Amino acid sequence: MKKAIITVVGKDSVGIIAKVCTYLSGKNINILDISQTITGGYFNMMMIVDIQKSNASVDQINTELEELGSSMGLVIKLQLEEIFTSMHRI
Amino acid sequence: MPNNNDLVNIQEVSETNNMIEHNNLDVRTITMGISLLDCAAGDADTFCDNIYRKITTFARDLVKTGEQISREYGVPIVNKRISVTPIAIAGASACHTTADFVKVAHTLDKAAKEVGVNFLGGFSALCQKGMTTADQNLMRSLPQALSETDIVCASVNLGSTKTGINMDAVKLMGEVIKEAAYLSRDTDSSACSKLVVFCNAPDDNPFMAGAFHGVSEADVILNVGVSGPGVMRDALKNAGDMNFEELSETIKKTAFKITRVGQLVAKEASRMLKIPFGIIDLSLAPTPAIGDSVADILEAMGLEKAGAPGTTAALAMLNDQVKKGGIMACSSVGGLSGAFIPVSEDQGMIHAVEAGALTIEKLEAMTCVCSVGLDMIAIPGDTPATTISGIIADEAALGMVNQKTTAVRVIPAYGKKVGDSVDFGGLLGHAPIMKVNTFGCARFVNRSGRIPAPIHSFKN
Repeated sequence: MKKAIITVVGKDSVGIIAKVCTYLSGKNINILDISQTITGGYFNMMMIVDIQKSNASVDQINTELEELGSSMGLVIKLQLEEIFTSMHRI
Repeated sequence: MPNNNDLVNIQEVSETNNMIEHNNLDVRTITMGISLLDCAAGDADTFCDNIYRKITTFARDLVKTGEQISREYGVPIVNKRISVTPIAIAGASACHTTADFVKVAHTLDKAAKEVGVNFLGGFSALCQKGMTTADQNLMRSLPQALSETDIVCASVNLGSTKTGINMDAVKLMGEVIKEAAYLSRDTDSSACSKLVVFCNAPDDNPFMAGAFHGVSEADVILNVGVSGPGVMRDALKNAGDMNFEELSETIKKTAFKITRVGQLVAKEASRMLKIPFGIIDLSLAPTPAIGDSVADILEAMGLEKAGAPGTTAALAMLNDQVKKGGIMACSSVGGLSGAFIPVSEDQGMIHAVEAGALTIEKLEAMTCVCSVGLDMIAIPGDTPATTISGIIADEAALGMVNQKTTAVRVIPAYGKKVGDSVDFGGLLGHAPIMKVNTFGCARFVNRSGRIPAPIHSFKN
């Protein structure tokens, strides 16, 4: 398993999760966990995904997620999980 | 506290990304150390060919790899750099004149630009006890070498706790710094920003201008310098009026987090480039960006301005707690590992100087409790060479007696006086000209020889 974290931040609108999930399934990326909050009309979502079986590179996924995000007025990025586990787990 | 198998949660992800997006968390540098000892030759041209080939071969993928890691983890890696064996050693058999050394500097500049790194350090001499002919020629070549190249950095180690201070080298470097300032007068004497003199220079420092690849190091290694003054300032600002024990804990925890990012990047870079990992340098390194300032941390600790009474104590505590937190976060620590207090590269320090809160004398006191010395300080252009030598000797004495690294990187800005300022752009920043004590020390500096090594007992 190669875990990565996707964060989606921006103004809430209809279909954000649907669009992101559709993209991910097209790339054969499995979703392990989703958490989401909306504060003051702002959408903040975090997904834990497994990119092991995807044939796209991290760089390519990142570029395409950025494009998808900007088409909806959102900032979407993917980061490998270790940046977070190394900082927050002893 | 969740255990290691738990998934990361949204608060943790937000905290990390907030540090990156709002507090300038980054990895300041990945520095590849390359030994040039096997490039030695009998003439300068062959030596230049050898070092160009070795540097451009080993460092070919450094920048690309740094960018890929940055993209995969979403953390900026600001600089990719190279350090090499001190050229006065590697080039001793090849370079017989100052012109030969200038030629080598040009080759290093070309090689560094070819592989796309930001800086290359190691145009250096280690003469803490005595100077070889090569050391002297390299030192005399510095003004021309540094004013004719763009990204080559130079350093001279002229004192150590074990050997004392080489006062002949101290005297020479005062003259060299003045000459370098004159030759680069069209760019605010910028050549001096690429030249640092040390006492107790470390062999594995990834930070410029003082990086070089020590002679006892492996053929090639990767050293990483972390950063994060903005993260530390934010943590202390949110900490409010806690007591010193709680403040220490906050600094340690924050340093741990910052350093873990450095360790991750170092491990990944080492794996991808198939080059052994050397050390992590735990220094808090500021940049001219707003909020990315060590002075701001001191102010968050409760000082009205950096330089106010209490500054040395605050800095001592900060520096020590950063080390305590950082050491647990990584497998091998080295380099300078302390809070940097460069004036021109730190907006808070610049403000403190402009407000009259911070003087060279206070900065000197601050260097007793943190690396790396009097750093990036612009002084009047008419400061005599002997006075610069006196400043170097004072700083070297602090390092020698206290068994720590100290350094001097001053810029006697040609044609400028107190009230003026200099601007180097980018990471090097801008700086107001600071007042220097105008009483002379020529008779002291002009004595020849060495200040003997200090006694290692009876410490008071």
